[in-house]
Amino acid sequence: MSKLIAEGSEWTFQALEDFDREIGRIASEKYRLDTYPNQIEIISSEQMMDAYSSTGMPIGYHHWSYGKQFLSTEQRYRKGHIGLAYELVINSDPCISYLMEENSLTLQALVIAHACFGHNSFFKGNYLFREWTDASAIVNYLLFARNFISECEERHGVDAVEALLDSCHALMNLGVDRFRRPRPISPETEKQRQKEREDHLQRQVNDLWRTIPKSEREQEEDFPRFPSEPQENLLYFIEKNAPLLEPWEREIVRIVRKIAVYYYPQRQTKVMNEGWATFWHYNLMNDLYDEGLITEGTILEFLQSHTNVVYQPDFDSPFYSGINPYTLGFAIFQDIRRVCENPTEEDKRFSPEYAGADWLDTVHHAMANYKDESFILQYLTPKVIRDLKLFAIMDDEADSAISVTAIHDDYGYRKLREELADQYNLSQQEPDIQIWEVALRGDRSMLLRHNQRDSIPLDDDAAKETLKHMHHLWRFDVHLESLREDKLHRVYHCTDEKVWVDAEKGGQPEKSP
Amino acid sequence: MAFLIIDRRQQGKQKSAVNRQRFLKRFKKHIKEAVTDAVNKRSITDMERGEEISIPKKDISEPIFHHGKGGEQHRVLPGNKEFVRGDRIDRPKGGSGGGGGGEASNQGEGMDEFVFELNQQEFLDFMFEDLELPNMVSKQLKDSDSYKLVKGGYLKEGIPARLNVVQSLRGAKARRIALGGAIRREIRSLEEELENLGEMASERRLELEHELERARRRLNHIPFLDDFDLRYNNMIQQPTPTTSAVMFCLMDVSGSMTQDIKDLAKRFFVLLHLFLKRHYEKTEVVFIRHHTKADEVDEEEFFYSRETGGTVVSSALELMKTIVQERYPTDSWNIYAAQASDGENWADDSPKCSELLTKSLLPLVQYYAYVEISSGKEQELWRAYGSITEQFADRFAMRNVKEPADIFPVFRDLFERKPA
Repeated sequence: MSKLIAEGSEWTFQALEDFDREIGRIASEKYRLDTYPNQIEIISSEQMMDAYSSTGMPIGYHHWSYGKQFLSTEQRYRKGHIGLAYELVINSDPCISYLMEENSLTLQALVIAHACFGHNSFFKGNYLFREWTDASAIVNYLLFARNFISECEERHGVDAVEALLDSCHALMNLGVDRFRRPRPISPETEKQRQKEREDHLQRQVNDLWRTIPKSEREQEEDFPRFPSEPQENLLYFIEKNAPLLEPWEREIVRIVRKIAVYYYPQRQTKVMNEGWATFWHYNLMNDLYDEGLITEGTILEFLQSHTNVVYQPDFDSPFYSGINPYTLGFAIFQDIRRVCENPTEEDKRFSPEYAGADWLDTVHHAMANYKDESFILQYLTPKVIRDLKLFAIMDDEADSAISVTAIHDDYGYRKLREELADQYNLSQQEPDIQIWEVALRGDRSMLLRHNQRDSIPLDDDAAKETLKHMHHLWRFDVHLESLREDKLHRVYHCTDEKVWVDAEKGGQPEKSP
Repeated sequence: MAFLIIDRRQQGKQKSAVNRQRFLKRFKKHIKEAVTDAVNKRSITDMERGEEISIPKKDISEPIFHHGKGGEQHRVLPGNKEFVRGDRIDRPKGGSGGGGGGEASNQGEGMDEFVFELNQQEFLDFMFEDLELPNMVSKQLKDSDSYKLVKGGYLKEGIPARLNVVQSLRGAKARRIALGGAIRREIRSLEEELENLGEMASERRLELEHELERARRRLNHIPFLDDFDLRYNNMIQQPTPTTSAVMFCLMDVSGSMTQDIKDLAKRFFVLLHLFLKRHYEKTEVVFIRHHTKADEVDEEEFFYSRETGGTVVSSALELMKTIVQERYPTDSWNIYAAQASDGENWADDSPKCSELLTKSLLPLVQYYAYVEISSGKEQELWRAYGSITEQFADRFAMRNVKEPADIFPVFRDLFERKPA
C-alpha cells in the first residue's frame, strides 16, 4: 500500500498538501469541479472564535456587536455547549479556508474536500454568487471599509460612528436591491470616486430640499410624489436622500449596504451550498478510498463524522432546532444522482426532466442555476420527503388548534414541495417593508409600509426599536403602516421624543400612486 | 491546481480584543452593577478572579424588523410519526422546549440572560474604575531621590571595564576597509597586469613585482585596532519613581468590636490592599491591633484573635509612628494607613489622637483613611477626627459604614478620582 497518503490521526503539512493535490485531481478530472485557487490557513480554536465573531470576514471594522458575538461564543465553547466548526470558508479569490489545528488528519481531509472543493466550486459556479459578489475584490474592499471607518472614528468620535453603525445594522437586511444586479465593487475605483460622490451627493441633497416659495396652491398640485415609486432598498434611499447626513455618514451607510449585498447570496443558498459541499466530500472521500489512498480506518472515521454532520433530529426531539441544511441539501443532491442513474416509475412521473439523464450534468446544472427556494421546488423528490418524513402544519391565529395540511403521501408531495420552498424564500421569511412616501414639503416625515403576508404581523417591540434606528438615520419623524389585506392593521410612529404604536383595525390606507 | 497552505496559528490571537472592549464599554452600567454585587458577596480571600456576568438579553439585542406571532403561519417539519392530513393538534404551551421547539423558532426572543465571563483583569478594572490613589503624584518623577543606571549609547572615552568589544571591532573593521580600499584596488590592477604580461618584458615584470610588494606592505601597515576605534558603553542615570508602598492596617480589637464588625473592617482592608498591589511593584502590609495597648501582629491574629478590655487609640498611632521611623523612610516608601474602629475610645485619649495625627503622622503619609463601623450615632473618635478633615482635606478622610453593602461604595467614595 505504498500509495497511502498518510496514516494515523496526526496531520502534517505534507499530508495536507498531498490531500489537496489528490482531491483536487479527482475533483477536476472526474467531476469537473471548477474552483478558485485555494488558500488554506491553519488556525487555533481561539482564532476560530475570532473568525466566528466577525461572521467569517477576514477583515472587519470594529463594532461592539462583534465583541458580543465573541463573548457568547467563548462562553458557550468553554462550557461545552457548542463545538466549533471544523472549518470556515470565505467567498474570495483565492478562496480562503480556515482549518482548525485540533482536527485529526481524517477531519482535515474531509474539510479540504468539503470547503476547498465543495464550497469553493459553489462560490465560483452558482449564479447568485456570480451576479452579486465579486470574489476577487472583497478582501480589498473590506480593508478599505475598515480603514475608512477607523478614520471616521478618529475624526468624529467612536460613539458617533457606533451609533450610526447600529442603525445601519438594524436595516442591513433591507439594504439590498432584490430585483436588480448591483455593479461589482472595487476598492480603487471606490476610493477615487468617493470624494467625487460625496460632493455630488451633498449638492443633490441640498438641491432637493431647497424650497422656492412659489404660490402655495399651485405648488400643491403639480409637486410630484417622492419617491415616485415605493423603494425596497431602505439603506440605498437613506444614503442618497437623507437630508441631514454628513458625507462620511453616507459613505458608512454605503459600506454596510455593500456588505449586505455580499452576504445576500449566502442567505439564500444555505441548503444548496452545504448540500453541495457535503455531496462532494462524500464522493471525493469514497474515491480516495477506492483508489487505495486512504485506509479503512480513515474512511470509517470519516463516515462517522459525516453521519454526525447530516444528522436530522425529529421535530419532537429535544435536539431539534429546525431542518438541518446539510441533511436536506445532501439528501436532495444524492437523490438527483439516483433519479438520473436508477429512475423508478415514480421518478419518471414526478421528475421527467432529468430522470435517466447524465447525473454529473444534472447536478452541475442544479448547482449553477438555482437558489434554495427554486432548488427545493425543482428537485425535492417524494423519496426525500418519505425519508425525512416531512409534514406540513398550519398555525392559524383564528383557529383553536394547529392543523396538519400535508404528509408524505401522494396527495402531499407537491404541497410539501411548495411549502418547504416557501420556507426558504427570503421574502417570505422577512417582512416586506418599503418606503412609501416622504413629505418633501411638509415636516419631511417618512412613511414606510409593511404588507402582511398571510396576515402575519410585525413583532411590536422589535419594530419600535428598529424604527428608532430609521429615525436616527432619517432625522425626521418616521411612520410605519402595517397592512393586513390592504387594510390598516397597525401604525408605528417614531418622533424625536417618543415611539408608539396605534392599532387601527380596518382603516383605509392612502391610495397608491 | 494552485493552492497555498499558511500556518496562522502564531499570529493575530487577539483579533477580537478591540470589539470585546467596545462591548464592555457599551454595557458598562450593567457590568458595573454585577461587579459591585460580586464584590459584596465574595469571600475576602477570593477577590482576585474573574466573574460571570449576565445581562438581560433584551438590553443588548440588536433589533431588526421581524415577524411576530399571529396570522397564518405555515411550517414544514421532519420526523412525522403518527400524523395524517387533516389532524388537529393542540397548541403546545408557550415557552416550553422539547415538542414545541419547532413552533417556537420564530419567537426566539426569550427572557434569557446573556452570560459571559469577565476575566480577572477586567473584573479588577471595573472594580477600581474611576478610583485613584490620592497624592500619588507627590512621589513621582520630579522629587524622586532614587536613580538607576541604564544603557545610553556609546562613548569614545571611558574605563576599560566598560569597553564594548563588538562596537570597537566593528568600527575597526570599517576603518580597515575604508583605508585599505585604494591600496587593494592598486594591488588588484598590478596583479592583473602581471598576469597578462607574458614571458617577455622581464624588466617591466620586476618593476611590477616591486610595486606590488610595496603596496602589500602598505596594506599591512594599517593597524588592526586603533585608539579611536575603541567604544565604551555609556551609562546614564535615570530617576526612578518610588514604587513601593506600605499599608498600615489599624484596628481596634477591644471588647466592643464584634466579629461582624471585624469582618466589615477586613473587607475594607482587603480592598485597599488589592488596590495598592495594582499600583505599586512592591506592597507591604503592617497590621497593628490595639485595645489599651498596641501590638504589631500577623494577619491571622489581626483578624481572628479576640482581646477584651478598654480602648486607647493613641497607643496604636504611637506604634505606627515608631515603625515608620524605624523601617519605612518616607523617601522610598509611599505610606498609606487605614484605621477601622467602632469609634469607641477612652474620652481623655481622643484629643491626644488628633494631636498625634496632625503633628506627626499625617505629614508622613500619602493617605489616611478612617472608617467607623457603627450603626448608631457618631462616636467619640469621629468627633475628635472631625476637625482634622478640614485641615488635611487632601490626605485624610473618614466615613461611616453600617453594613457589608456599604463597604464598596464607601471605598470608592474615599478614593474617588478627584478632578485635578
